[in-house]
Amino acid sequence: MNIHEYQGKQLLRDYGVAASKGIAAFSPEEAVKAAKELGTEVFVVKAQIHAGGRGKAGGVKIAKNLDEVRAYAKELLGKTLVTHQTGPEGKEVKRLLIEEGADIKKEYYISLVVDRATDRVTLMGSEEGGMDIEEVAEATPEKIFHEVIDPVSGLTGFQARRMAFNMNIPAHLVNKAAKFMTGLYQVFVEKDASIVEINPLVVTGDDQVLALDAKFNFDDNALFRHKDIVELRDFEEEDAKEIEASKYDLSYISLDGNIGCMVNGAGLAMATMDTINYYGGSPANFLDVGGGATAEKVTEAFKIILSDEHVKGIFVNIFGGIMKCDVIAEGVITAAKEVGLEVPLVVRLEGTNVERGKALLNESGLNIIAAGSMADGAQKIVEIVG
Amino acid sequence: MSIYIDKNTKVVVQGITGGTAKFHTQQMLEYGTKIVAGVTPGKGGTEVDGVPVFNTMEEAVKETGANVSVIYVPAPFAADAIMEAVDAELDMAICITEHIPVLDMVKVVRYMDGKKTRLVGPNCPGVITPEECKIGIMPGYIHTKGHVGVISRSGTLTYEAVHQLSEAGIGQTTAVGIGGDPVNGTNFIDVLKEFNEDEDTYAVVMIGEIGGTAEEEAAEWIKANMKKPVVGFIGGQTAPPGKRMGHAGAIISGGKGTADEKIKALNNAGVEVAETPSVIGETLIKVIKEKGLYEKCKTH
Repeated sequence: MNIHEYQGKQLLRDYGVAASKGIAAFSPEEAVKAAKELGTEVFVVKAQIHAGGRGKAGGVKIAKNLDEVRAYAKELLGKTLVTHQTGPEGKEVKRLLIEEGADIKKEYYISLVVDRATDRVTLMGSEEGGMDIEEVAEATPEKIFHEVIDPVSGLTGFQARRMAFNMNIPAHLVNKAAKFMTGLYQVFVEKDASIVEINPLVVTGDDQVLALDAKFNFDDNALFRHKDIVELRDFEEEDAKEIEASKYDLSYISLDGNIGCMVNGAGLAMATMDTINYYGGSPANFLDVGGGATAEKVTEAFKIILSDEHVKGIFVNIFGGIMKCDVIAEGVITAAKEVGLEVPLVVRLEGTNVERGKALLNESGLNIIAAGSMADGAQKIVEIVG
Repeated sequence: MSIYIDKNTKVVVQGITGGTAKFHTQQMLEYGTKIVAGVTPGKGGTEVDGVPVFNTMEEAVKETGANVSVIYVPAPFAADAIMEAVDAELDMAICITEHIPVLDMVKVVRYMDGKKTRLVGPNCPGVITPEECKIGIMPGYIHTKGHVGVISRSGTLTYEAVHQLSEAGIGQTTAVGIGGDPVNGTNFIDVLKEFNEDEDTYAVVMIGEIGGTAEEEAAEWIKANMKKPVVGFIGGQTAPPGKRMGHAGAIISGGKGTADEKIKALNNAGVEVAETPSVIGETLIKVIKEKGLYEKCKTH
């Protein structure tokens, strides 16, 4: 789960981690009010969307007075920003963050991630702030430093200081920077984050070390113990079909194509997408109904697929291990009857009770095309959809 | 021979009184797995399908001599269950549970440092040595005893591969599901080492997917050490970057963890990678024929 920059900065402040001062606004009037309250000479009007690269896309404006704040707020609200992280369709701006302008001396990069190679949380830092870290890794990998953190001790003082020195933070600010990092680690662990990225971290003219941006991503599997984080969720930033699917514990991801897929198991679902592509088709979604799906779940999954107007055909690919094929068949039949199936449907069933499943589909009177294998099914649906 | 588990393995089911665990306990018993104990705190003294239930792992192990556990405990409590299995000094703990918070797993892996227990999973289908011992949630009937080892990050894709092998008359020594989580107990290399040493295993099928670099590391290890042919498949070749594809670990982030990189690394190590999942079995058969192992691998 992602949150907005202004929410992330509040979270940082809650943990004593310095972040630039600002107030969220949902309208030009609120933006002006926020600027008045801040009372600084320069303001920054920042679009709040769940994607990086906002600056380059024109989503961050410097305003020198209240009129400019109002003008920029009007311009940004309702505007669709296209960044390298939003995809070509972009994201509409519905929230703003009005911040005080900072006297930036230098920009740095700092982040925490769960590193799979070491099975540990890793602190990553660089003096190349404000840039895409992947670009830095490509061009000057020697400027990126890592500290692997032992979960028993947490981020130690010497590790934080070593990082600060490696990043070439001015010597007299190293302790401030180290305090920033230990606070950042604390919020990461206590809130079960999976990524925290501060880019840029800045040193100011008046010797502050603070977060000018804050990107948080939280572990969905841990949200059950963080009600406060769940409250920060912005549904408008997410795909409606993905939200609907999550209600039924279905793993669904929207894609660009026109072949709807329903599969059990994440690995098989990915492989089904690959197979459709291999035969020249294009999947409309990734959908894993899970190992223990019931007829009800299958029905809901079907409804979600059919709510996508791009879908021109559906491929159901089930390897019923413990999951019984007749249960799947029942779900498919119920759903097709309930929602009125108007697109071609190819079904491949394999595994437990496969004969009963096939018989149910045959007797249903629905126009279902049976497939003998995953490859056969993929070829058939690609051919039909064209 | 086989790896990790066989007909002498004594299994304890953690969380045995839960719905899923009860169902699978029954399935495992039917398959012939020796389930000697179950553990659910507070339910000690009761029975599930004739299996005695204990309050603690320590007690279960002391009373029954169980050496491998299988964990069906719900996600919020699963990390603790794994650590209890490690504390009870089992040979192996197989964690089926999905959706365990990743920072819980970071702690678990740290806790296991220097301890005896091997963890398989979490978020995995389990381990099966056909006709001897089935531990987990996989359908037993698709497996046949034989000489091909299987390792996989995905459950249903393992079934798909095993089914193709069995249908073609190629049995399996052991199939190990290492799971789809980013932080886990056993990786490809751990299992490859075992298959490499197992005299009954003549060839290996390795099923990976996008995310992380475990396949690349395995490829390097194979190139340097593997004495037996390995055939691969990588799921998610067409997955969009930045999206988590069902498994917590299946995500391309920062341009890393793509299927292309993994396939290239495996090919470099001499591993033939099946183009689609439907031809995993065919690809293996082609390779073992080339190596003159087909007759030895054919079990029926």
